[in-house]
Amino acid sequence: MRVPFQGAIDCDLHPALPPTAALLPYLDPYWRDQFANRHIDRMSFNLTSYPPNSPLSARPDWRGTSGGPGGDLDLLRREALDRFGTRLAICNPLHGAIALFNEDMAAALCAAVNDWVARELLDREPRLRASIVVPMHDPLAAVAEIERVAQDRRFVQVLVLVMGDLMLGRRVHWPVYAAAEKLGLPIGIHAGSTYQRAPTPSGWPAHRVEDYIAQSAAFENQLVSFVSEGVFQKFPGLKLVLIESGFTWLPPLLWRTGKLWRGVRPEVPWLDRSPAEIIRDHVRLTLQPIDAPDGEMLLRTLDHIGSDRMLLFSTDFPHWQFDGDDVLPAGLPDETLRRIMIDNPLETYRRLREGGEIGDNAHRKETVR
Amino acid sequence: MSRESVRRQVVAKASEIAPGTVKLVTVADREIGIFNLGGEFFALANRCPHAGGPLCAGRIVSLVQSDGPGSYRLARDKEFLRCPWHGWEFDIRTGQSWCDPHSVKARPFAVTVEPGESLAKGPYVAETFPITVEEDYLVIEH
Amino acid sequence: MNVTVRQRAAAQRLAIVDCDIHPALRAPSDLHPFLPERWREHMKTFGEHVRHGLTGQLPYPRMMAAGMRADAFPEQGPPGSDLDLMRRQHLDQNGVEIGMLMPLSRAGMEERNLDFAAALAHAVNEWQRHAWVKQEPRLRAGIVVPQEDAAFAVQEIEERAGDPAFVQILLSPRSSDPLGHRRYWPIYAAAERARRPIGLHVQGYSGGHASTGSGWPTYYLQEHYAMCGNMQSTVVSLVFEGVFERFPGLKIVLIEGGFAWVPALCWRMDKHWQHMRAETPLVKRPPSEYVREHFWFTTQPIEEPENPRDLAEIMQWVGFDRLMFSTDYPHWDFDDPQRAFKAQLSEAQRAAVFRDNAKALYAL
Repeated sequence: MRVPFQGAIDCDLHPALPPTAALLPYLDPYWRDQFANRHIDRMSFNLTSYPPNSPLSARPDWRGTSGGPGGDLDLLRREALDRFGTRLAICNPLHGAIALFNEDMAAALCAAVNDWVARELLDREPRLRASIVVPMHDPLAAVAEIERVAQDRRFVQVLVLVMGDLMLGRRVHWPVYAAAEKLGLPIGIHAGSTYQRAPTPSGWPAHRVEDYIAQSAAFENQLVSFVSEGVFQKFPGLKLVLIESGFTWLPPLLWRTGKLWRGVRPEVPWLDRSPAEIIRDHVRLTLQPIDAPDGEMLLRTLDHIGSDRMLLFSTDFPHWQFDGDDVLPAGLPDETLRRIMIDNPLETYRRLREGGEIGDNAHRKETVR
Repeated sequence: MSRESVRRQVVAKASEIAPGTVKLVTVADREIGIFNLGGEFFALANRCPHAGGPLCAGRIVSLVQSDGPGSYRLARDKEFLRCPWHGWEFDIRTGQSWCDPHSVKARPFAVTVEPGESLAKGPYVAETFPITVEEDYLVIEH
Repeated sequence: MNVTVRQRAAAQRLAIVDCDIHPALRAPSDLHPFLPERWREHMKTFGEHVRHGLTGQLPYPRMMAAGMRADAFPEQGPPGSDLDLMRRQHLDQNGVEIGMLMPLSRAGMEERNLDFAAALAHAVNEWQRHAWVKQEPRLRAGIVVPQEDAAFAVQEIEERAGDPAFVQILLSPRSSDPLGHRRYWPIYAAAERARRPIGLHVQGYSGGHASTGSGWPTYYLQEHYAMCGNMQSTVVSLVFEGVFERFPGLKIVLIEGGFAWVPALCWRMDKHWQHMRAETPLVKRPPSEYVREHFWFTTQPIEEPENPRDLAEIMQWVGFDRLMFSTDYPHWDFDDPQRAFKAQLSEAQRAAVFRDNAKALYAL
């Protein structure tokens, strides 16, 4: 169904990313030189997870005139914001910088992307907010980037991909979580892979659709990683947002981890309560994709989740998750929709509440370079 | 259970059960484990309230506690029982399951039974039996 | 709740089929009668060559007694190695009419030396027959084959296809490629010809990849959980590579992987297949239809939602005709047939899950 009222907060949208040449002004002289000489400025940095022409990557009516997913800012305003009466939206740039093995190059390019987003998107469209893109495989560089970019309070989250080389709950990543907790930024884990490993425990599927479906198991395993490693005991203020993850797999995970925990508790004795309680306190999930048919089974699944705080409205623009205006599941009372569309996002992202009325751009600080 | 229906039975000699060990006895066709915790005796039904496993065949362990990730310490020296099936930990003194699915430990017991369900919801507690030592004999009330 | 371990209401006593029992070697030498001298020597000298850093043990130590029920240790040998104890403690006590054997380690599915793998698989199959099925009419064996050597696998299947002691074909779902890959298709052709389902039991040994698509877990809690993901990607691969269009008679049993994840995965597959169909022309119908027609799931470890009614709902969605009871005897997370199901089942549902589905699938 369509949105029944205005004012939603869209927690996952993907603006079209610039050609690499457009990022050159945001790089320092060394990198500008490298990119030009090595023709890196002619490369697209598209993630394998979202091949530009794939149906999933963009709905037909959400492609720009040249066919690129997401088109330009005007298309985004019209189709992602105006169309759904959205008051605020969080941009999650899916840029391939993070798939580079050279950590310094990845860090430099992530910084350029973040600065480009601030100038070209946030400055031009007051309804937009953004996640900070970081080179997660170099946690200290990631921390430096977070601290730098977070001075601009329109950046509301730290963005990482769900499939990398190491499981995200591991202690090697904890400096990133410390920084995020201190700054009040959730960690946003988004579908997608750097493909440094086979995407399944039995290797490399033949098809893109299989890889995409495999994302949900990756989210499950990452969630169990965060819980088992005691990340939320160490960082009690930290929140996780699972983005474009689906959510219908969640209830069996809550049950299974609870059952396991009761049997293996001495292995992870820092867990002071059941995994389900920890997850309900610390984890949120964006709405799209809604991996279930409308109707009884979806409503029952929402009941199985056992909390009305966990879902955050999203369009996942321009990815093709629904048709027309059909962004919401049918059969939910307005009260629940209000929670999903407005209250849960505001509770999750503290920075969204800043400003005189929400949506006011006035409180951002100048980014220091 | 009313006072009239409490029965008492000698089950073993106290000296038979060394500290830190358990003895299985049968009382009115039910298996019961008698534990000696440093000279104090406790009796638990040999039936895990979770899924019916032979609880008293489980390992007697200490309680693992933690101050945070990577921190491990033992408390309540050998006063806990791990069910040999799914590993649930039970306090031998009280029969209370440590990871009770419904508990905050301070909460008093509340047991509810919903119509049509065969298992009582609420704290998982192994059935305990009052046990006293009378002139070196262990006497159980059941 | 004052029911003793021995007391069983007559009405509750149902002869059941247990779809997952793990027999164990008392000692490696139990395999010797079935191994040529050359491989006995090899086993002694070189041992098994697997994709882990430790010999003879898993890098994720299990929680209690190496993952076994503490009350299942016989006088000699590990749990599952003593048929008499298995009879007393499990087959007799739990009314097991038929039990499916699942030999796990030393069976060759994870062995990197394919000639050795073939010898091991053959030996374990012989051992199942002689040491178990021949001694105990309630037991049935599975034809263990190393899935990475399709030619040998086909040969082994064809050799045993006429032997009713073997009711299914066992592969590891932690294979080197997703199981839908065409290099495994000769095995499916042979399975279809032999009219046996393929049984996929969760595995501790890697086929060359981390236990998750995003890296290696740290704790056993995670490692155990990761097995669901392995089952999921296996289903996806078999469906999307068109295995069931090519082999319409093929049946797959997923063992010890749980089942509560099945509805969500089916919904997810259906949804994304709709837009991405052009990529997989072999998938002619919604993926969930293939799941409904070709997959069965054993029940252990049974899910324990906070509200038991939720479990009954999930079972409804998966289909009571798709579920087959299993105990996983003698492992620690054993499901007792009397006690494991906290959800209310009707008589018909109970009969289906605890006996009739398995009898139909395995033609018992």
